Amino acid sequence: MTGFYTLFRKEVLRFWRVAFQTVAAPVLTALMYLLIFAHVLDAHVQPYPGVQYTAFLIPGLMMMSMLQNAFANTSSSLIQSKITGNIVYILLPPLSHLEFFGAYTLAGAARGFVVGAGVLLATLVFSIPPFKYPLWIIVFGLLGCSLMAILGLIAGIWAEKFDQLAAFQNFLIMPLTFLSGVFYSIHSLPPFWQSVSHFNPVFYMIDGFRYGFFGISDVNPWHSLAVVGFTLAILTLISLSLIKSGYKIRR
Amino acid sequence: MNAIQFNAVGKDFGAFTALKEVSFAVEQGDFFALLGPNGAGKTTLISILAGLTRATRGTTKVMGLDVQADYRAARRAVGIVPQELVFDPFFNVREALVFQSGYFGIKHNDGWIDEILHNLGLTDKAHTNMRALSGGMKRRVMVAQALVHKPPVIVLDEPTAGVDVELRQTLWSFVKSLNEKGHTIVLTTHYLEEAETLCNRIAMLKRGELIALEDKNTMMQRGAARSVILKLKPAQLPVSLQPLLIAQHDNRFELKLADIKELDAILAALRAEQITLKDLEITQPDLEEIFVQMMHA
Ligand SMILES: Nc1ncnc2c1ncn2[C@@H]1O[C@H](COP(=O)(O)OP(=O)(O)O)[C@@H](O)[C@H]1O
Ligand SMILES: [Mg+2]
Repeated sequence: MTGFYTLFRKEVLRFWRVAFQTVAAPVLTALMYLLIFAHVLDAHVQPYPGVQYTAFLIPGLMMMSMLQNAFANTSSSLIQSKITGNIVYILLPPLSHLEFFGAYTLAGAARGFVVGAGVLLATLVFSIPPFKYPLWIIVFGLLGCSLMAILGLIAGIWAEKFDQLAAFQNFLIMPLTFLSGVFYSIHSLPPFWQSVSHFNPVFYMIDGFRYGFFGISDVNPWHSLAVVGFTLAILTLISLSLIKSGYKIRR
Repeated sequence: MNAIQFNAVGKDFGAFTALKEVSFAVEQGDFFALLGPNGAGKTTLISILAGLTRATRGTTKVMGLDVQADYRAARRAVGIVPQELVFDPFFNVREALVFQSGYFGIKHNDGWIDEILHNLGLTDKAHTNMRALSGGMKRRVMVAQALVHKPPVIVLDEPTAGVDVELRQTLWSFVKSLNEKGHTIVLTTHYLEEAETLCNRIAMLKRGELIALEDKNTMMQRGAARSVILKLKPAQLPVSLQPLLIAQHDNRFELKLADIKELDAILAALRAEQITLKDLEITQPDLEEIFVQMMHA
């Protein structure tokens, strides 16, 4: 337990020491999106009956920032440790693959939550969403951040260079998070793109998360929960077996 | 029980065989040198011991614990100082050591950390960020990180490569004191005189194979590298001794001395030709020569 906790603490301190880049910067980015989109669209778009566009946008932006930062934390920490070689200090001690997995994943999720809290605080001045079902908010926040942290773990293990990781981020994570209904309700999309969105797990994370705020969503939250839970389980199994086998880490 | 036991350990990297079938043991209390030219497979062998690399063949045990089947206990039994200079730029020296202790499941380690810092001359650097340390200082921290859990077996992979004399002395006196307290020490080094003065047993690797493993004293006795220098009057060497000649300066003749018993025959040959022996000196081979000879054999 001490080993797990130490690694978790180290991973949290690692981003907290440079919180200006790892927390403040993404909060500012989310704020810019809100300012621009809300300014342009607030008067014209009403995604759900009785829900203003600005209010609609806040949970989506919040979750998008959380997911991207959970991914960034595990993936960047791992690739840095691999490239600088200091990963040996994690590999030499008697940490089990579960401790390794758990500590990195939870620290990534923790960064997601800190960024999420920052986005929420910063956007409260514009609009206060109703927080209808707080438990759903927490469940989707936790599962979504863990899922993306695990995806970051896999990407960090797989990538050997920074540009491979950047490709993973730009060609997979960014499209998945941007095309997930952060900025719109997918009901406003043409049917083809609606059905494409249904193959994007991030869509369900955002939709379920938003349901917790408004009690309205594009799909039933239990359905979203099942998709997110299933994806999480698959990624957990993949990453655990990678860590256990020592893939690209213990040669 | 041996401190370390390699049983037919082999490692392939793709089609390339870095280690063939290496078997040997390091006994508890040994100060053991693992020598060999670059690429011989020393680091690979140490990585297998540390669990950083998985052997393709064979088994490895530390203090009787299999490094794969019983990896948690095995890793507690060994402290490794890696060859490459690696550090975490996010933290200072003390933090690095507290984290390292925690990874080994040790919560309150301040007393021992202070002691290590003191012995390695790091006390006044404890709160310096790793990034701000010189190479030599970083190397000391790496040694400290290997010791946080008081491992019975300590392995140093070229700890003094490119390091100043002062650190070498601090480091060796500390490591020697650890050895005297019962820790088993394994080191690889390019400075053969270090192995010669510090170690009691020596193994040599060459292209992934163990080519020698002996007590240092036995290895130093390896005659081929020994010679005798004779100062003669008149300055001439009997014909029968010519094949042994290595070098000649004026009246000083250096002859190969494969075995100390051959000295009798040499002196007899001189007497027979009535050549006076003015002086005689037997040179001790140094490890460097033995090493070079064995590597070229
Ligand atoms: N990860 C690796 N992939 C491919 N070849 C490797 C790898 N690690 C080591 N080698 C090769 O194995 C051989 C032994 O290397 P090493 O154990 O580092 O030697 P030493 O430490 O004795 O200098 C070298 O030829 C080296 O190039
Ligand atoms: Mg080496």
